[in-house]
Amino acid sequence: MDHIKLLIDGKTVEVPKGTTVYKAAKEVGIDIPVLCYMDLHDLNIENKPGGCRICSVEIEGRRNLAPSCSTNVSEGMVVKTNSMRVINARRTVMELILSDHPKECLTCAKSGNCDLQDMAIKLGIRDIPGQEYAEMSTYRLDTSPSIIREMDKCIMCRRCETMCNDFQTVGALNAVNRGFNAVVAPAFEMNLEHSPCTYCGQCVAVCPTGALTEVDHTANVIQALSDPNKTVVVQTAPAVRAALGEEFGMEPGTRVTGKMVSALKNLGFDYVFDTDFAADLTIMEEGTELLDRLSRHLDGDKDVQLPILTSCCPGWVNFFEYHFPEMKDIPSTARSPQQMFGSIAKTYFAEKIGVKREEMVVVSIMPCLAKKYECQRDEFSVDGNPDVDFSISTRELAHLIKQANLDLSTMTDSEFDSPLGESSGAAVIFGATGGVIEAATRTAYELQTGKTLESVDFKQLRGLEGIRSATVDFDGLEIKIGIAHGLGNARKLLEEIKAGRSEFHAIEIMACPGGCIGGGGQPLHHGNSDILKARTRAIYEEDEAKTLRKSHENPYIIKLYEEFLDQPMSEKAHKLLHTHYFERKRKVFEV
Amino acid sequence: MSRYSMHILVCGGTGCKSSDSDILVEKLKKELDKQGLGETVQVIMTGCFGFCEKGPIVKVMPDNTFYTQVKPSDAEEIVEEHIVKGRKIDHLLYTDPETSKHITDSNRMGFYKKQMRIALRNCGFIDPERIDEYIARDGYMALGKVLSEQTPEETIALMKSSGLRGRGGAGFPVGLKWEFARNNVSDKKYVVCNADEGDPGAFMDRSILEGDPHSVLEAMAIIGYCIGADEGYIYIRAEYPLAIARLKTALNQAREYGLLGKDIMGSGFNFDIGLKYGAGAFVCGEETALIHSMEGERGEPTLKPPFPAESGYLGKPTNVNNVETLANVAPILLKGAEWFSSIGTEKSKGTKVFALAGQINNVGLIEVPMGTTLREVIFEIGGGIKDGKKFKAVQTGGPSGGCLTEKHLDTPIDYENLVENGSMMGSGGMIVMDEDDCMVSIAKYYLDFTVEESCGKCAPCRIGNKRLHELLERICEGKGETADLDRLRNLGEVIKDTSLCGLGQSSPNPVLSTLDNFYDEYTSHVHDKKCAAGVCKDLMEYFILEEHCVGCTACARACPVGAISGERKELHVVNPDTCIKCGACLEKCKFDAVILK
Repeated sequence: MDHIKLLIDGKTVEVPKGTTVYKAAKEVGIDIPVLCYMDLHDLNIENKPGGCRICSVEIEGRRNLAPSCSTNVSEGMVVKTNSMRVINARRTVMELILSDHPKECLTCAKSGNCDLQDMAIKLGIRDIPGQEYAEMSTYRLDTSPSIIREMDKCIMCRRCETMCNDFQTVGALNAVNRGFNAVVAPAFEMNLEHSPCTYCGQCVAVCPTGALTEVDHTANVIQALSDPNKTVVVQTAPAVRAALGEEFGMEPGTRVTGKMVSALKNLGFDYVFDTDFAADLTIMEEGTELLDRLSRHLDGDKDVQLPILTSCCPGWVNFFEYHFPEMKDIPSTARSPQQMFGSIAKTYFAEKIGVKREEMVVVSIMPCLAKKYECQRDEFSVDGNPDVDFSISTRELAHLIKQANLDLSTMTDSEFDSPLGESSGAAVIFGATGGVIEAATRTAYELQTGKTLESVDFKQLRGLEGIRSATVDFDGLEIKIGIAHGLGNARKLLEEIKAGRSEFHAIEIMACPGGCIGGGGQPLHHGNSDILKARTRAIYEEDEAKTLRKSHENPYIIKLYEEFLDQPMSEKAHKLLHTHYFERKRKVFEV
Repeated sequence: MSRYSMHILVCGGTGCKSSDSDILVEKLKKELDKQGLGETVQVIMTGCFGFCEKGPIVKVMPDNTFYTQVKPSDAEEIVEEHIVKGRKIDHLLYTDPETSKHITDSNRMGFYKKQMRIALRNCGFIDPERIDEYIARDGYMALGKVLSEQTPEETIALMKSSGLRGRGGAGFPVGLKWEFARNNVSDKKYVVCNADEGDPGAFMDRSILEGDPHSVLEAMAIIGYCIGADEGYIYIRAEYPLAIARLKTALNQAREYGLLGKDIMGSGFNFDIGLKYGAGAFVCGEETALIHSMEGERGEPTLKPPFPAESGYLGKPTNVNNVETLANVAPILLKGAEWFSSIGTEKSKGTKVFALAGQINNVGLIEVPMGTTLREVIFEIGGGIKDGKKFKAVQTGGPSGGCLTEKHLDTPIDYENLVENGSMMGSGGMIVMDEDDCMVSIAKYYLDFTVEESCGKCAPCRIGNKRLHELLERICEGKGETADLDRLRNLGEVIKDTSLCGLGQSSPNPVLSTLDNFYDEYTSHVHDKKCAAGVCKDLMEYFILEEHCVGCTACARACPVGAISGERKELHVVNPDTCIKCGACLEKCKFDAVILK
């Protein structure tokens, strides 16, 4: 039997076998409330531990209520989602959950954006019986460079675990302790900083409450902006412009690049630049490195390691440093665009405008939480002065804009400042999975073959499939390209390389689902993968709208090499734009 | 090989061993050697006799003499008097509590008279560390019979018609469970023995593993044959070191005899068994949680379906049965389904092992036919209530069972009747309470356990049980309000209705059943702020009896807060508003003038 007929609240529904009661009810317009449940079906991510029991329904013939999110339909089933028994149970369970949740909504980072708050509103909870003598579970506040864990607010939905373990295979978070003391935490309740956490922030992205949030640097930014002795330079990552609008009620996928620039100028940043400029620079360095390794490989140099792996994603860098330290020589040594930008801003640009390094503050707006950690790495500072001072997320930027009484939706467009604001379409697509390698291909092809690309759109490299592969014809030379987003998918490709089975020449890896557009610092998607798709669409639209589509054609990049860096992978470029990696695991145990 | 004319059976269960029964064995052997009887009288360390109240137990065969509370220092007397001279030793014999007479033959003891031992057939009878003794009692005959004469289908059909149901708690039909596992096609299947016995006070599984480990191994091999598995695991809690040691010995012996391993008895059937140790989480007795724990994952349950028979250990079809269930398998296959189904009630066949505990004379392990009444168990086998007190309630089914009362005493015990009356079979714990027990405190005590042992996965169990416990605590402290009683009931019912696994679905039972059967006690705690049983200290007051008080001032001097006033040689009085109920006055008073009421 392929289809199953059942009755939900008196309505007949026919759905395919294997459908859950929750989804079947949706078919007939019955929206059973869910809390712990999360479904990102396009990414093959589903969290349905059946833990919160909010979605309980009554099924005729069953002794107890059933969680509709994880109970499959069966022929002739009679379901009631709104009987008094169900409503009473749902309310009582919700009161229980709230009885062990702090009531500090006013000052909570998630206020207004909290699934638990929404549920309390939906169920009309006005009072929690016995709250005055109900013990609350309390846990130590855990702060790390990127993420704050305030587990008093954890409701054990386990979404973070699903992301960390199943999707990312990082294994930093798991339930610990029993009963009332059960909570999600790193092993032995150690600090996140000492765990295998990569700071990808996917736990934060899916947390329904304020239990997991980013470290907020907006106050630091405000302080820098109000200091007359500082020249404050801001860079914005490509994925930010495809999502920031959501925080201001705009449709997902609305591009707000020009409005964002206006807002930043309004906020008082002295120079509003684009990380995309540095992305073009990354392509110059990484592309050159790829071609260099490739040609040495083709010449029979046995010391050359292939495939070359991209290195712009800091979550991914943290991942291989911890989980695959023996392979730390394979990724490109090119720094991420954020760090390249910081490095160039505080040298080339600072010199140009005659500002001392110490007097310049570089702020980055990132879709990412790992960037917060990245900019704090020792190797990215000079005499204790970091190349990038503060990295704030898309969400934090939205807060800044709102604090300044600005309404993004009604702002006019402005242009990025020059020279570090100029970029190609190739740089924009860094924000979506497959984009970095597509950008690299556009440049590498022309550098390698000396020919001009007919079409710059390599559609075979795009999509939401977790692992993708494509072969690109470099004028007779077949370049095999692999792409993975999500660290679990990355792990699969790494295991293949380790086993000597990988045929790829180059692999792009992004830690987050969909690439940076699904980053841990983006507006919350609340489990709606259509939002990720809309952002991806916006990214490619922005690319198409650009006249410049290839990184090496960016005139300011050409000028930068002429005036300052000489050529890709020159000694100066090495010093300022490349890096080296560490075995993080060993570092952890030395602590 | 020597032929022995007499056997001295000494209990080697965990309880008796902790009372030096192993030293007793050595001393008995030494004494026998001294008398030159080492070759004619054999001392055997057996599994548990069940009569743990009076351990260590020594039984002399063939005359069935039953000695209780035997100390190593009694060894000389037993050998010299009983073995050599044939005179039974009066002061070691069991004394009938009713007639105060010594009983020489254990078959005439009330404790054993109504028992019927199937699962415990070899416990207290054979040396669990010698496979030959198990074989001599028809051990491994069922396996041989099945392998050589029966198809798996026939065997499953026989189990189905025997009516055996799972003894771990839920009472699922065993044959049906095997059939599900058999019908799921897979390249690999597993047989798992659930030996994660977690109910406080229940130790039937431990006793079987300690006293008759081969009965479990044999049954697992039979299941392997029936469902098409060649690998089995016993998930046993690490706190059972003696059971683990005896299992290891048994496994080695069975492999040596070709009863486990490749090509068992030349049949071409392969089966072997490994041990997995649990860290002692109550919830790991739930089969999906147990399987996750076996896999090295956090021991917490997942929603069924899929059932383990479909997707169990490592995602393969897995059959999980508990120890007592397995111990029933071989006798059924040897004696037939009809024999087994002739015992018990309409829907609950065979026998059930119960662990008797609490305010009862004969604390221990018993096995009775299903359908035996609570009265028979408590008053005949259990020897009634301690110190002649009045029976108040019996809690069955472990920490999440309910409390049954006087009116349930004549209910025949089976799965359905217990559930109908608000309790459950569980794994067979039976805790008896008398008039001095406060039922609110009892409910709180059980909640203590479930709050501690909840895995924390689902909200109603994680938070709800905690809140139930807090409410009970308030009521016991005299802070309860009328509305709390309704809250208790609603909360209890919602927790049962919405929890993910059997733990939460039953944990409110002690509360709900005491609310049903002892509502008066709740109201007197809440409204009158009184605990009639005198258990809830916060509801009691210290009081000085006029007729006993001599005015010695000792109590007033002992009182740390100056709550007692009174002139020398005159009556003293406790001021209840100042009193902190420390009890110092009561301790100090030499004239029994201070009382708590």
